[in-house]
Amino acid sequence: MDSLDYKKYKKKLLINKILVIFTQITLLILLLIIWQLLADFELINTFISSSPKKVIETIISLHEQQNLYHHIWITVYETVISFGIGTILGTFIAILLWWNNFLYKVFDPYLTIINSLPKVALGPIIIIWAGANINSIIIMALLISVIVTIITVYNGFISTDQNKINLLKSFKATKFQILRHVILPSSYSTIISSLKINISMSLIGVIMGEFLVSKEGIGYLIMYGSQVFNLNLVIAGIIILMVVSYLMYLIVVYIEKKLIKEN
Amino acid sequence: MNNTILSIKDIKKKYFTKSGEITAIDNISLDINEGEFIAIVGPSGCGKSTLLSILSGLIDKSSGEIIYPNQSKKKLGYMLQQDCLFPWLNILDNCLIGLKIEKNLTKEKKERVIKLLESYGLKDFIYKYPKSLSGGMRQRVALIRTLATEPDILLLDEAFSALDYQSRLAVSDDVYKIIKKEKKTAIMITHDIAEAISMANRIVVLSGRPCKVKKIFDVNLTNSSTPIENRKCKEFPIYYDQIWKEIDYRG
Repeated sequence: MDSLDYKKYKKKLLINKILVIFTQITLLILLLIIWQLLADFELINTFISSSPKKVIETIISLHEQQNLYHHIWITVYETVISFGIGTILGTFIAILLWWNNFLYKVFDPYLTIINSLPKVALGPIIIIWAGANINSIIIMALLISVIVTIITVYNGFISTDQNKINLLKSFKATKFQILRHVILPSSYSTIISSLKINISMSLIGVIMGEFLVSKEGIGYLIMYGSQVFNLNLVIAGIIILMVVSYLMYLIVVYIEKKLIKEN
Repeated sequence: MNNTILSIKDIKKKYFTKSGEITAIDNISLDINEGEFIAIVGPSGCGKSTLLSILSGLIDKSSGEIIYPNQSKKKLGYMLQQDCLFPWLNILDNCLIGLKIEKNLTKEKKERVIKLLESYGLKDFIYKYPKSLSGGMRQRVALIRTLATEPDILLLDEAFSALDYQSRLAVSDDVYKIIKKEKKTAIMITHDIAEAISMANRIVVLSGRPCKVKKIFDVNLTNSSTPIENRKCKEFPIYYDQIWKEIDYRG
């Protein structure tokens, strides 16, 4: 049985948690109500600032036209593809750089430059080379996620405890054995947590790509909305994107938890 | 037991850095007999660990020779200051890593390791992970991991200095018993003079950088038994005093 004091402590924690969630929800509802009231009393121009009602109507009509899910699917598909390729390719390149220190020294400044370059600047070139299609979008997202992965995973590799490496060396381990038995397992959690960064990076790349070229996807919805001055569509797009990105993030966090637990 | 197992001849080690050349070890010669327990002490930063790393083949020597008179007894086992257990492997797999690396993992060897773990008080932890073990137990696992590959000579590099004083005494006692029982030759590096006297039968005192052999003490204790008991011997403080003066921490 828990002691009385401990019960009090637990109760305090619970009340605190409820209070936080309650305030969060109230804040959101309050904002929506104010926004709606301002629109209803025509204190703001709904043509440029929309209103919660209109946004919901827009989402419902997208849902009825069935293409809402098509747009979501396209964006998710592009994100998952570039996320997958980015993670695998990035880890692979990080292994190469770890394997050959000369290679790392040569490519280090290039990586830094590419990493600091806003990748959207490469958009026009990518479109000209890869065409105004889904390939351009994936390449754009890939560029963003792969560089970040290389840098994170490589740093994980080199922060491996040197003593553990020496231990294996004292057993006359080969370089491959060191990679297989120490470097990779001890960087496992780094690689897994780079997934979390990567999924957001890929989504940023995909939306940027969709702004530039696409005919479908959530980024396209937002861009199209702004071009025809349909602010309802723009805001609906942003809200859908928020939900989608949060869900994808939750899924990655869930996978991360599972993988790390199993280890 | 004047059967030399390892002979070090004129070992020299130079380091090159951007700012110049450093002689870490200057002409060290030493014969180690089979079954001996040798402790190497010296001022901190003098190159004790460098010497051990050279012996274990982790770094190259600049000149000199390392000779194993008996070619069938030249296998080394290296035990580091940190236990370096892999958190992602259970205790048994941690102990088998050396055999795995040497591609020498047979059923008999695995059973031998399990027996070692059982006989040294780790029976209930064979399938547990390192995080559930105390510092002292982890160091015992590290020793068994080293013993698993059946080395002839054990190299202990400050193997107990990461432990708190109480477990340090207990673990050095355990490790000593295990080494003696398995009849291994051991070379131990330590900065703890008491530890050296209580465990070794010969103590090599090294000078500051560049390090040379300054003096070698033969340790003869009346009623010598285990490291903890040895600390009570009447010669213990005499050796302590002599070695302490010899190391000369000011220089």
